Amino acid sequence: MIQLATQHRKQITAHGERDYPYECCGLLLGSFAEGAVKAIAEIYPISNAREEQAKRNRFLIRPEELMRGERYAETKGLDVVGFYHSHPDEPAVPSQYDLEHAWPLYSYIVVSVSVDAAQDLRSWEMEADRSRFVEEEISVDLS
Amino acid sequence: MPITINIPTALRQFTEGNSRIEVEASTAGEALDRLTTLHAGLRRHLYDDKNALRSFVNVYVNDDDVRHQSGGETPLKDGDTVMIVPSIAGGATTEAEVASALPSLSNEEIARYSRHLIMPEVGLEGQRRLKAASVLMIGTGGLGAPVGMYLAAAGVGRIGIVDFDVVEASNLQRQIIHGTGDIGRPKIESARDRLRDINPHIEIETHETRLTSQNALGLFANYDIVVDGTDNFPTRYLVNDACVLSGKPNVYGSIFRFEGQASVFWADAPNGGGACYRCLYSEPPPPGLVPSCAEGGVLGVLPGIVGAIQANETIKIILGAEGILVNRLLLFDAWQLKFRELKLRKDPSCPVCGENPTIKELIDYEEFCGLRGQAPEQPATLEEITATELKERLDNGQHVQIIDVRETFEYDIARIPGTRLIPLGQVVTRMNEIDPSRETVMHCKAGVRSAKAIAALKQAGFPGRLINLKGGITAWSDEVDPTVAKY
Repeated sequence: MIQLATQHRKQITAHGERDYPYECCGLLLGSFAEGAVKAIAEIYPISNAREEQAKRNRFLIRPEELMRGERYAETKGLDVVGFYHSHPDEPAVPSQYDLEHAWPLYSYIVVSVSVDAAQDLRSWEMEADRSRFVEEEISVDLS
Repeated sequence: MPITINIPTALRQFTEGNSRIEVEASTAGEALDRLTTLHAGLRRHLYDDKNALRSFVNVYVNDDDVRHQSGGETPLKDGDTVMIVPSIAGGATTEAEVASALPSLSNEEIARYSRHLIMPEVGLEGQRRLKAASVLMIGTGGLGAPVGMYLAAAGVGRIGIVDFDVVEASNLQRQIIHGTGDIGRPKIESARDRLRDINPHIEIETHETRLTSQNALGLFANYDIVVDGTDNFPTRYLVNDACVLSGKPNVYGSIFRFEGQASVFWADAPNGGGACYRCLYSEPPPPGLVPSCAEGGVLGVLPGIVGAIQANETIKIILGAEGILVNRLLLFDAWQLKFRELKLRKDPSCPVCGENPTIKELIDYEEFCGLRGQAPEQPATLEEITATELKERLDNGQHVQIIDVRETFEYDIARIPGTRLIPLGQVVTRMNEIDPSRETVMHCKAGVRSAKAIAALKQAGFPGRLINLKGGITAWSDEVDPTVAKY
């Protein structure tokens, strides 16, 4: 389960809308709570590292950027607990490509964005045997 | 030397929650090996099925990416810190589309292809690539038989077959896709049934047609790879040109008597492109110079070997393997059991794949191979008789002399009674053995060589009347005397 406050959800969808028709991406900073629940405390947007013509189709966070994000998280006493990216004009479902480039435990939020606005936002976690993504529940209640 | 490895949060579940693991290692690769031996659950998230570091996994030694150093060989010294950092990629990319478009395998298919799946060179992804692939086979004869059967068995998802012939008894010595019970059936039907029996998980598409300049590009457009199993020059040039024009690989094989050739002609091959058939032979040989298998014979197992090589290369192209037979011509001699290989080069002046191509659409390949102009001349000057008519004349007591121009060994297999054997190669020098005062019927196996013999005799000034037996001894067996063996 992932706990995502309304303001953080808005930050992700706004990023997706801003970068449409290109993909956006970023880090989810927070902490691992009991029972593998991830509580999101901050959204860390990252610029898309890919060259212009590939941006429409792929997002990439370079390891240097991830390390920078991790160092930033450390200063706030947080962890990188997952990532988000947008699928312009595609459903909010991870692709086979996403699956081949994922690690377990992390949350992978996918937001589907059309020309007008962000549509669906769903969060996914990869099974430990790498066989597939399983959708995880998004909770807005941070109490 | 103690080395510290920092474990990213997501992977700490595999290290009993530890964020740092100490190992003894002298290189980065060794450090990861030790780590994944200690904590085996980590391995599949760091390495892929082929035991290579996953493309999104980055390894840093003291903040420097080992990819900018010596990779896995990057040396470590006492107290160094190794970090494992993912780069995050995703989205619906071209590559992703390819990967996600690959069909999945059912449990039945997984069981069927297990010998492929356990080899990293094929693996699950390779087998899914095979399932997603489509191959068009031109011909279901000696070469097409092993090509089709092995591609079907390997799980190539869609196989198209082009043929217009009917199965004959003389095919079965080498065309093992057809059986005795198939004699008289269209070859594509017989081949389709055999391939379905081998693998019901694949699609078979039949095209009962002769490949022509009109239909070739349309047919090729629906397939990834074309395998040439034809036995004549016009179709061979047609397949080549249509492959170059549509950018498809042409997996080539040819056979004659004991000798075979194989290559992959692929003008658009990755890494600079490859030679096409015209880079090797820009022009066909003069008609009649190279005999067909029907005339010259072929060792039955030869197309099995050459066709299996074609199937092998087709599968490798689908898998994206290295070492494909591009720019290489393989020569095989079954009698000496010797393989030789010639290097091919793309010819910059090639008329179809060169720098300034002159052939930009398909042409008339019969004409190109010199076969067009010849055909109409023959009936004008060649007197013919059918087997039935010849039998009637003989029955009526007409004093006809019959000359058999086949080879001695053919004469030993089957003969028409009362004939005299003068092989084609000797017919002119032994002209005096033929009585010019009598009507002479010339025959061979199917009527081609006897027509040549008549032309040669006329050219040499033979004064008598010469008549060609239409369809040769084969027609005699069909129409007059079925006890005469067909071969």
